[in-house]
Amino acid sequence: MPIGDVLPEICLVLAGVAALLFASFVPQRAQGWCAAMAVAGAIASLLLCLNQLGDAPKSSFSGAWALDAPAIWARVMIAGGTGLVALMAPHWMAGDRRHGEYYTLLLFSAAGAMLMAGAADLLELSVAVLLSSITGYALAAYHRAWSVSVEAGMKYFLIGAFANTVLMVGIALVFGMLGDTRYGQIAAALAEGAASPLLDLGAGLIVLGVLFKMGAVPAHAWMPDVAEGAPAPSAAFLTVIPKIGAAVALARLVTLFPADVLDLRPLIAVLAVLTMTLGNLAALWQQDLRRLLGWSSVSQSGYALVAVAVAGRSPEAIPALLMFLLGYAIANLAAFAVVTHLRGRTRIADYAGLWRDRPWEAAGLILALFSLVGVPPLAGFVGKLTVFLAALDGGYGWLAVLAVANTVISLFYYLRVIGQAYFGRSGRPISVLGWTSGTAVVVTALLTLLIGLAAGIALDFFATATGLLQT
Amino acid sequence: MLSLAILVPLIGAFVLSLWTSAGTRAARATAIALSAVPFALLVAAWIGFDASPGAPLFQHIEEAPWIPALGVAWRMGVDGIALVVATMSALLFVAAAAWPIELGERAREYYAWILFLAGVSLGVFLTLDLLLFYVFFDLSLVGMYFLIGRWGHGDSQSAALKFFLYTLAGSLAILLAVLGLVLAGEGPLTFDMRELIARQPLAGMDLRGGLVLLGFVFGFGIKTPLFPVHTWLPPAHVQAPAPASTILAGVLLKMGTFGLLRIPLAMMHETFARYALWIGLIALASILWGALVALGQTSIKRRIAYTSVNHMGYTVLGIAAAGSLVAGHEAARALALTGAVVEMVAHGLITGSLFLMAGSFWQRTQSYTMADYGGLAGVAPKLTAAFILAAFASLGLPGLAGFVAEFQIFAGTFAVHPWLAGLALFGILLTAALFLTMVRALFFGDRKLPDGRGFPDLSRSETVVLAALLALVVVIGVYPAWLLEPIMASARMLVGGAG
Repeated sequence: MPIGDVLPEICLVLAGVAALLFASFVPQRAQGWCAAMAVAGAIASLLLCLNQLGDAPKSSFSGAWALDAPAIWARVMIAGGTGLVALMAPHWMAGDRRHGEYYTLLLFSAAGAMLMAGAADLLELSVAVLLSSITGYALAAYHRAWSVSVEAGMKYFLIGAFANTVLMVGIALVFGMLGDTRYGQIAAALAEGAASPLLDLGAGLIVLGVLFKMGAVPAHAWMPDVAEGAPAPSAAFLTVIPKIGAAVALARLVTLFPADVLDLRPLIAVLAVLTMTLGNLAALWQQDLRRLLGWSSVSQSGYALVAVAVAGRSPEAIPALLMFLLGYAIANLAAFAVVTHLRGRTRIADYAGLWRDRPWEAAGLILALFSLVGVPPLAGFVGKLTVFLAALDGGYGWLAVLAVANTVISLFYYLRVIGQAYFGRSGRPISVLGWTSGTAVVVTALLTLLIGLAAGIALDFFATATGLLQT
Repeated sequence: MLSLAILVPLIGAFVLSLWTSAGTRAARATAIALSAVPFALLVAAWIGFDASPGAPLFQHIEEAPWIPALGVAWRMGVDGIALVVATMSALLFVAAAAWPIELGERAREYYAWILFLAGVSLGVFLTLDLLLFYVFFDLSLVGMYFLIGRWGHGDSQSAALKFFLYTLAGSLAILLAVLGLVLAGEGPLTFDMRELIARQPLAGMDLRGGLVLLGFVFGFGIKTPLFPVHTWLPPAHVQAPAPASTILAGVLLKMGTFGLLRIPLAMMHETFARYALWIGLIALASILWGALVALGQTSIKRRIAYTSVNHMGYTVLGIAAAGSLVAGHEAARALALTGAVVEMVAHGLITGSLFLMAGSFWQRTQSYTMADYGGLAGVAPKLTAAFILAAFASLGLPGLAGFVAEFQIFAGTFAVHPWLAGLALFGILLTAALFLTMVRALFFGDRKLPDGRGFPDLSRSETVVLAALLALVVVIGVYPAWLLEPIMASARMLVGGAG
């Protein structure tokens, strides 16, 4: 067995198990060290992923596991993002009786997201989605005594259970029609021309199941609740990490089906429009920053779907998707890092005077939100730029126009927060969490700026990731 | 040299934002000194500019890689048009930094934003890379948003929000159009303006060319602003602090017209020529509408703000005339283009100083209402003289800068679209009426002031700033050759290159 090909995942799982064992034997107050294990595990996993770049692209585990540049870069982002979330958590969770286990769940969930990015077999995809989901429910409802957190977890679970069932039904249909679940065999069967309504239905249901992980319409309803109610580090994790894996998985599915048998792109394009428009309109008048960020995460999934919709039609599509995901991930993590560092401060009105009292945190938040809008030269700008470029290049100009219109709408609600933080006044001092979350704020905010300025390097890395392996 | 003109103010802004112990005086002195650096550099670039026939269009070129995967690089360079517009902008930034204004506790941040804005605005005029152009174009919105929202008065935050939303819509339309432009045609992906001017990537593409042009005209039209997308302008101007209004009118509005001549006119002249008449009609509507609405305003600042719509309409009319044919009438079209650029410079200096003076009114009495004032000539003779000079320059009195510009625009347009020029002349009449009535209401008649307030004349620093700006207005009016030479050289090449 080519164990080396899944070393990054193994590394995450081992770090998770180590954290669990450590937490079982040390007193609660010392469980903060589990965060250090999680960060170390995430960094090691990230390095192991980078180490695989030389061998790519190849398939492994009898074609169930694709090891190509898009999958590897997505896993690098997942590992890095998980490390940053682990950095936010220690002081937030310090009062929780089961502090240490939190990191185990985090790492397992990240492993699930990584599996999604590399899955080249429908059954493996379903395992990945389930692993990521089940840990996700627990992460969302981690504050067991707080009804809002439990409600978020419950809602996530209900929608998730339904979406996962739909995914399984879809897989069963495709398996029934084509006789295999491995992408390579599916592609071979499709090449012989096996069009059928049942196959279309099955593929549609699988897409729906993956869209749930992205928080895209029609399976988006959990996103705002989780963003608002889940512990802030969990919210940061769940709005970002699964989305990276799911977006790559979806792009792989879209390119799997040949356009003359079953073209999923128009469906994805329509869902992209619905996702960004609904997310933006719902975010407009939110009074709660975390909920606003949740709806904004929905709308950002829409832009990612734009890149997915032109996958295979433009060579720029996959690099654009990766660049967009990178920019989005870092900016959204930065925004939630600030929220976490400000002890979960959540009403927008309470952000008044942040600039006067805490200029560094305010600067981090403003950078993050401007990056989400796509103001140059921040990371989010390069992401959106490449997505628009790919959409125009792939013949989906109308989609780019609608994405632009949505960007203008989104500026309104981001500015509501920025205006409050910069122009507003408040008499009360603003208290913050600890040094780890402060570090997370600094790191993510700096990355938001640096990735934008050094976009040339990032795009050079992604330039090789033009195609997706179907093994 | 050009890169330094952008980087020095940007670094200055960064340093000022971290220099927490800086007081108001130190911050202001830093801002004046650092905004004078790009002005000096640009004057040096002007002296070194070769305007002789046969010289290359773009000079002082600097290049460094940025995003090679997309064909984007840090490319700087100027033609005569960019050079004069950038130099005028740099001067306005010195004036804005030097203009005395009550700021309260956060003066340091105010001057940091002014420097930031100076750096990015010059970037728009000096870059030769389309994506970098967009980056600077967008960043200028961010700077202006914070300046208006934080240091404005009245309902400044919603004015700032409206400004940002409107102009971001415009700049994103430009981004799409830019992408549509660079993706068209043969050859590797590049955002190099020189390469795109040579390629004319949209030549022969009807629908696509039209759509891309629509994106540019919509985007730059919002920024310019043209009728009917000008409605963000009056609230932004009225609520902004005086130096920010000056920058907005003098520099940011120029980005719209500058972009129009730099991108669509130069890079897709076939498509531009096909739709030039429509652009000319929009310009005509802006000229007349701006003047008519200005005439109806009772607030000093709103009236000046609407004259910007009118004056920028002349500039666009000149650009439309210059681009209205692919071949023929080269001399007249070059004249119209030269006039359009001179109008940009003249409007920057004249309207810039008018807005500064409107700020003087606010500083003294917190009122912009014309009806509150009367007979100020007796109490404030220096202000009266400066205001009347600027007003006459704005309405196009011969011997002042506005006349040089408008004369060339009309002369050039007359050769191509005589009836368009004839209709636009009504705008001049209206402008004369609205400035004369404003001057009469403010400075003559019975003395009147908002209750119980004194009205001191211009202070020393106010006088120095206004004298510098208005002296240039007179110099350009009397002896424009030094200004026309570099512009004419580039205009001939742009128009002739189209033939």
